[in-house]
Amino acid sequence: MIDWASIAEPMVLAVPAGSAAILATLPGYRLSSKLNVLASLTTFLAALTLIVHRPPAGTFLLVDDLNVFLIVLNTFVGFTASAFSAGYISHELESGKLTPTYLRFYHAMYQVLMFGMNLALMANNIGLMWVAIELATLTTVLMVGIYRTHEAIEAAWKYFILGSVGIGLALFGTIIVYLAALPVIGEGLDAMAWNVLTTRASAFDPALLNLAFVFLLLGYGTKVGLAPLHAWLPDAHAEGPTPISAVLSGLLLNVALYAVLRFKILLAANEAALAPGPLMVTMGLASLSFAAFMLYRRRDIKRFFAYSSIEHMGIATFAFGMGGPLANFAGLLHMAMHSLTKSSIFYSVGHIAQVKGTQKISQITGLTATHPLLGWSLVAGVAAIAGVPPFGLFMSEFLVLSSTFARQPLLAVPLAFGLLIAFGALIWRLHKLAFGTPGPEEKSGPAPAGYKLVAIFAHLALVFVAGFYLPTSLTAWFQHVAALLG
Amino acid sequence: MHSIQFDIAHLLASALVLASFMLLYQDRMFGLIQVFAGHAVVLALAVAWQAYVQDAPHLYVTAAIALVFKATIIPVALFRIVRRLEIHRNVEKVVGVGSTMLIGIGLVALSIAVMLPVTHRSGAYTSEDLVFALAVVLLGLLMMTTRRNAVSQVIGFMSLENGLILAAAGAKGMPLVVEISVAFSVLIAFIVIGVFLFRIRERFDSVDVQALDRFRGDRG
Repeated sequence: MIDWASIAEPMVLAVPAGSAAILATLPGYRLSSKLNVLASLTTFLAALTLIVHRPPAGTFLLVDDLNVFLIVLNTFVGFTASAFSAGYISHELESGKLTPTYLRFYHAMYQVLMFGMNLALMANNIGLMWVAIELATLTTVLMVGIYRTHEAIEAAWKYFILGSVGIGLALFGTIIVYLAALPVIGEGLDAMAWNVLTTRASAFDPALLNLAFVFLLLGYGTKVGLAPLHAWLPDAHAEGPTPISAVLSGLLLNVALYAVLRFKILLAANEAALAPGPLMVTMGLASLSFAAFMLYRRRDIKRFFAYSSIEHMGIATFAFGMGGPLANFAGLLHMAMHSLTKSSIFYSVGHIAQVKGTQKISQITGLTATHPLLGWSLVAGVAAIAGVPPFGLFMSEFLVLSSTFARQPLLAVPLAFGLLIAFGALIWRLHKLAFGTPGPEEKSGPAPAGYKLVAIFAHLALVFVAGFYLPTSLTAWFQHVAALLG
Repeated sequence: MHSIQFDIAHLLASALVLASFMLLYQDRMFGLIQVFAGHAVVLALAVAWQAYVQDAPHLYVTAAIALVFKATIIPVALFRIVRRLEIHRNVEKVVGVGSTMLIGIGLVALSIAVMLPVTHRSGAYTSEDLVFALAVVLLGLLMMTTRRNAVSQVIGFMSLENGLILAAAGAKGMPLVVEISVAFSVLIAFIVIGVFLFRIRERFDSVDVQALDRFRGDRG
């Protein structure tokens, strides 16, 4: 009799790693894309069992209250993105954008990316987490450059250089955290283990922790896409394959933010250390306002939604920076809702770009008339991301705003202003995209089959329901994690 | 720890900072690669000395990786790339040599001002090591921002990674996982870069990042 509970944790890592090796050797893309979905589904199911049976903290792996929800979210969106990718990628092959060899590489890299992100979330070691985030970064660099066009290579190069610098700074911060832990915990692995670090952080040298946090916030903040370190993000989203844009926006940004949160917990546990709040609030507000204004000037549809991701990561960072049970709760909810909504939008956009044969906003008009199902899925997605009630993002944004009003009314003004500016841009663009006069017919291809859109509506349904109903167990658990974050 | 051990460690770490400065003013591609090889050799020596002083045999592995991989294989590969792509002309700089050096000196002063007071309590040895390491990291960043050519940006990035390894080696008893991972990630990073350079070569006649920059933001 196999003890399923004890193998679920290694499975979340072993399935992506093993299937990456298999996919790298399989020639046929039809089989590969199905296998990719199957592997992602298995990983998701294994992750689900972690909610019920939580394994004890090991030397290298840790599943606790904070990361378990991100692991489930990560594997879920990873699964739907792989299903979307299966329908999307055959079109890329037909249109000659990719060759079968590149597709093989693409599927293997997809699973390596999932492995990297799951490892980063589950690592019980600050060094291991760093390695995993670096691995995820390198894989996405390769995926962004996969079309090998002029623009794709420049985007990948920019992403690579900025990402490497960020990751370098994060490693420096990681080393300083180890040095801070050294006199208290002693040499060895314990001084890098999250579960040990968190309980002993109150005795660490506060000055070292402060210094480390600055490096870590700048380093991992680059990966979160916080202004002014965001320059790589729009290009990387616009030039890579759309399933990767969805995974980047929905998952990788969350993983990087999770890393920042973990280190924030260390600082919160140490009373003499500086409050990380003001730094995060400033960067969050800067990202929000900057991205909100930049939304008006975008002409490429994927780049447009990439800026919206910067905006939303800014909101989440702002919420965690404010701290306190309510704002942290809102931040966690916002991360989850943004992840689901933004990936569904990228699925829609992927199909739209294929149908219309362009990513230029000016050439995409009147979608609800020409492709009703696709058009309305975009309308619903954009309404959700703009924070229209009753979608879940309205709830999280409302909570951030109201908790800020209660504590720091002055900060709530720029926050509300940024939200409104972004709202305006989204609705303005959506109006043309969805309800404008349809363009000439010969430019648009046939609508994708309905089953390909299931993932989009599944995500949106979750976001919709979360807007007015969260199970009490989920709420209680969110609140518990929010208290942990300090 | 004896004072002579301190002195040698400081000597090696400061030699790495000097090598970073030498990278900043090189204006020939081949010269730049040679200096980078020297940079890696100095790093190998510094890490090996740490291994001896701390009695940490695993650090010898890190030192060996630096010596074999960074001081030998990468420079040879870069020589080939530069020759094949015919870019051994002068290295184009965004900022002049004089001002780059002045900024570099400023960065070293900054890292002393930031690091020394903070790390004082963790023992004299580590704190000075970290000052040098941060200086190398910042100089690597400076190099990446002041060069236009893709190959010299890569060298800037690798000198930055050398600074990180110096910091990791100086942290007493830091588990092996980090050293290996750093070395390993450099390896991966290099493969990535190699792939990129060849792709760029396939499509364009230049690896000048500015030539790639025609596409900036989105235009119509």
